[in-house]
Amino acid sequence: MKKIEAIIKPFKLDDVKEALNGIGIKGMTVSEVKGYGRQKGHKEIYRGAEYIVDFIPKAKMEIIVDANQVDEVIETICQAANTGKIGDGKIFVLPVEEVVRVRTGEKGKEAI
Amino acid sequence: MIDTGDTAFIIAAAGLVLLMTPGLALFYGGMVRSKNILGTILQSFIMISVISLEWVYIGYSMSFGPDVGGFIGDLSWFALNSVTSEPSANYATTIPQNVFMIYQCMFAIITPALITGAFAERMRFGPFLVFSLFWTVLVYNPVCHWIWGVDGWLGSKGVLDFAGGLVVHLTSGAAALAAAIILGPRKGYGKDSFMPHNLPMTLLGTGLLWFGWFGFNGGSALAADGIAASALVATHLGGMAGMAMWTLVEWLHRGKPTTLGAASGAIAGLATITPAAGFVGPNAAIVIGLLAGAGCYYGVTLKGRLGYDDSLDVVGIHGLGGVMGTICLGIFASTAINPGGADGLLAGNPAFLGTQLFGVLVVGAYAFILSWVLLKAVDAVMGLRLELDSEVSGLDLSEHSETAYS
Repeated sequence: MKKIEAIIKPFKLDDVKEALNGIGIKGMTVSEVKGYGRQKGHKEIYRGAEYIVDFIPKAKMEIIVDANQVDEVIETICQAANTGKIGDGKIFVLPVEEVVRVRTGEKGKEAI
Repeated sequence: MIDTGDTAFIIAAAGLVLLMTPGLALFYGGMVRSKNILGTILQSFIMISVISLEWVYIGYSMSFGPDVGGFIGDLSWFALNSVTSEPSANYATTIPQNVFMIYQCMFAIITPALITGAFAERMRFGPFLVFSLFWTVLVYNPVCHWIWGVDGWLGSKGVLDFAGGLVVHLTSGAAALAAAIILGPRKGYGKDSFMPHNLPMTLLGTGLLWFGWFGFNGGSALAADGIAASALVATHLGGMAGMAMWTLVEWLHRGKPTTLGAASGAIAGLATITPAAGFVGPNAAIVIGLLAGAGCYYGVTLKGRLGYDDSLDVVGIHGLGGVMGTICLGIFASTAINPGGADGLLAGNPAFLGTQLFGVLVVGAYAFILSWVLLKAVDAVMGLRLELDSEVSGLDLSEHSETAYS
């Protein structure tokens, strides 16, 4: 089992969610996060003074999948989240040792 | 003799001016970081209690009581002794004197509240109360008497201030400059960015201030008459022109028109028209508002160059607005608008411009020096500045054990 963490542009969240539903992904966890990469921050203006804001808003989605689904999920996210402009985000894949469904106590792939 | 129309108007105007202090609290509150919002709001709100108490016991008598040497009123009206529903012989002679007293009280309340923007996010609450109380006694009351008191020495010299360009805005602006220098910058100033945490709140405050300003300037005619009407029109035109000009200048200078710029320009225009409101015509009011929008925009950029942390721009907007408005009055005043006023430079009377400049210098210097001494004294006895860890955790938690947003 793997955990896929995708940092994407917030306005692409719905598109990515729909695309993942389309390939049978049944759940995800989403959070509003802030950060920066090569895109760097943006400029804000208060009373005639300019400030550089380093951290810009992004959406982070966390999805747990079976190892054999990882490539398909990554491809789907890359397609749906792509705008072609700098700041489209990143995807991280991490190993997951165990998954437990709280209600039934099921473990492993059955619990995803 | 009591005129019921005048009385009803000033009673309503007193309510409008009171509302400006909560409006100011929101105007300032939106501009600080979320950890300081309650402390910032309370610094304005609590002035309603502190200064009202001061006003009924000594403030009103010091400001408007029987004159002593042109400098101050005596204390014979202590605790409103002889201040009744009968009209005063000298002030607002067509309304009950207690209505005049409470209307003037609202001006005394908002003036020290204005200063709080300069030391926002870093001053301890107790020393702040002590400073505000003594500042009102030592700065506001005398200056109010000099200009608006019968036989006050600046008023006798011909200095005019319709609704508080000198008495309210310059005194608070000068105190703000002293406070920003003495307290020093906030931790991280110049390195971190201090962005407003809730600009819609600031815009709401701006709306309430603008609404209240009709009572502040219109009511300063102290009668429901033609002068009140021209003051009301001038006030609105000054505010709208200030907002338009600031927005335009910022758009040209920084590439975007901003909401905080619009709000700042409106307040700059309203503050700047204040001393002139009942003495100038509508066209002059628009010019004054436009000058305010551009001038105060420049004014708030000064702090970056001079290095003091006037957190919410009291100096750049209220101080500079008070100065510009008082000088503009020396240029644009017309007895065609107000026969009880004066003619200014454009009406062929350059001497009046000199009188107004003199008023600016005297009031600015007095307010700055007294504020400086008072702040140093309170600092020595109590300590003005929050401990560093309290400043980092914020006023709300460290001074009031509260959180605004949970």
